[in-house]
Amino acid sequence: MKKFSGKALFLDRSDINTDEIIPAKYLTEISRKALKPYLLEDIKLDGFDKKDVEGKSVIITRANFGCGSSREHAPWALEENGINLVIAESFARIFRQNMYNCGMMAVELSAQAIEHLFNDFAGKETFVETDIEKNSFIFQADEHKQEIPFEIFEFDSMLVEAGGWLEYADLKY
Amino acid sequence: MGKTIAEKIFDSHFVDNPSGDIHVIRLDAVFCHEITTPGAINDLIDRGKDRVFDPTKIKAVIDHVTPAKDTKTARQGKVLREWAGRHNIQDFFDIGRNGVCHAIFPEKGFVRPGYTIIMGDSHTCTHGAFGAFAAGVGTTDLEVGILKGVCAFHHPLTIKINITGNLREGVYAKDVILSIIGRLGVNGATGKVVEFTGPVVNAMSMEARMTCCNMAVEAGATCGICLPDMTTVEYLWEFIKGEYATKKEALEKFNGFSPDLDAVYEDVIDHDITGLEPQVTFGYKPDQVKPVKEMEGIKVDQVYIGSCTNGRIEDLRVAAEVLNGEKISDSVRGIVSPATPKVFSEAMEEGILKIFMDAGFCVTNPTCGACLGMSNGVLAEGEVCASTTNRNFNGRMGKGGMVHLMSPATAAATAIAGYITNSNEFRE
Ligand code: SF4
Repeated sequence: MKKFSGKALFLDRSDINTDEIIPAKYLTEISRKALKPYLLEDIKLDGFDKKDVEGKSVIITRANFGCGSSREHAPWALEENGINLVIAESFARIFRQNMYNCGMMAVELSAQAIEHLFNDFAGKETFVETDIEKNSFIFQADEHKQEIPFEIFEFDSMLVEAGGWLEYADLKY
Repeated sequence: MGKTIAEKIFDSHFVDNPSGDIHVIRLDAVFCHEITTPGAINDLIDRGKDRVFDPTKIKAVIDHVTPAKDTKTARQGKVLREWAGRHNIQDFFDIGRNGVCHAIFPEKGFVRPGYTIIMGDSHTCTHGAFGAFAAGVGTTDLEVGILKGVCAFHHPLTIKINITGNLREGVYAKDVILSIIGRLGVNGATGKVVEFTGPVVNAMSMEARMTCCNMAVEAGATCGICLPDMTTVEYLWEFIKGEYATKKEALEKFNGFSPDLDAVYEDVIDHDITGLEPQVTFGYKPDQVKPVKEMEGIKVDQVYIGSCTNGRIEDLRVAAEVLNGEKISDSVRGIVSPATPKVFSEAMEEGILKIFMDAGFCVTNPTCGACLGMSNGVLAEGEVCASTTNRNFNGRMGKGGMVHLMSPATAAATAIAGYITNSNEFRE
């Protein structure tokens, strides 16, 4: 199973699309590794610096993350940068499915919960600890610590455990 | 409890229910193109699983960057070409016979009412115009589709959009779907099936229905879907006449997937298009839509007519009607890409290509080309493009470029004027 804990990157915008996550011109790269430097290259977000990605393992963002093109290069570019977990208010369907199909996680929290996370933790050095057994995140920055429960579909956790949909399906069907 | 068309299709293709509301369904077709499929092929090879479930149900095309523009795109095509050869995939369309996937596959008769289809392309929802369940997927789903002929989906909740009213002169399917996306928002139908019904849809050609279903994903939908009717049967007749004695018999069979009268919908929306004016997008999201007259006068550097949204013969006819006898503005670069070889040769026979060329357009081969900013008309930073495509995302047609989505008629008028404008004054 992949690692779902680490430092958080806050992206304060809705509708971040897959062209922004990884531009189309890199779709012809043959290896997933080659995608690494281009993650979020074209994102339209005031104050965002490419260096913000370094050392981060979790993204916290707003609504409809991953809309647009179906490219699985978006989760791959995240994974190559060590990011296996995105927490958002909502996701585009294909992106969300791609994440779980790769054994990664795309977790939805209520708009209110996301708003609180932005208020309490954005702009600080924040660490997210994910407990998959208990379905909860622990957010921590400085002295401030908060536990946040989450829900995912049973099928999605089966995919996370199996390491993705391909291995699961090839065995089963 | 009654069922929707998507629920009936799911029932008839049921394989497994591994958990909750997850349906694993059998696939009738897996479509492939050279941008997303090579990643799947290479991964299958790496895993020692270079197999296909049924070569007759896999259809493949090189369409996104064709002819190849550099070593990397050439390599993408090569991987797909060699894979198709190795697995005896007969329906493979290479240069000279290739066209934009969502235009060429329907044209070849590969889509039928009641079918289940996946492709590694978000606009796969286009094929719902035939009463099929067709969904865009990522690489892993595509791999499983290729290998096993199955795909997993959540239960298909459906939003029904009942489109009523009369289309005014100069207003087309593109304007209708832009107005719907403006109303639903880019997230308004996420994970849902959108069923387009009502008198306006019934009166639409298959081409117009494809334009509507094509953009369903811009409101987040998994699939847009239209109910099969005589228009569907007429379009498909040349491919199915061996299977049915009469058109009526074919329609009766297809009607087996029609929604029950007491089908349960997530939402039912009445969308009256009476008085609807030509529409255009103004920002970086496809739901940022306004009437053209509110955007009148915005200068453009390029006009692009083509793509899986509006590169079909009907679209070219409409644009040519506006362009006939006119010249495009000196400050505009006009590019038209007929979506398939058939569209190209029909446009040639009907004199449409000549009208485009006389007006000052560059006619390119069938390809996705500029639509995704990879070739054939990429924008420079700060440039503006009036486009008949489906996405206006920041950077979509080139980094720093701005895209305004509109109908082919509005795009043609805009090309003549050099700024965004209505097509009506150019019509006889
Ligand atoms: S024409 Fe554009 S939207 Fe359609 S398949 Fe090609 S790249 Fe995608």
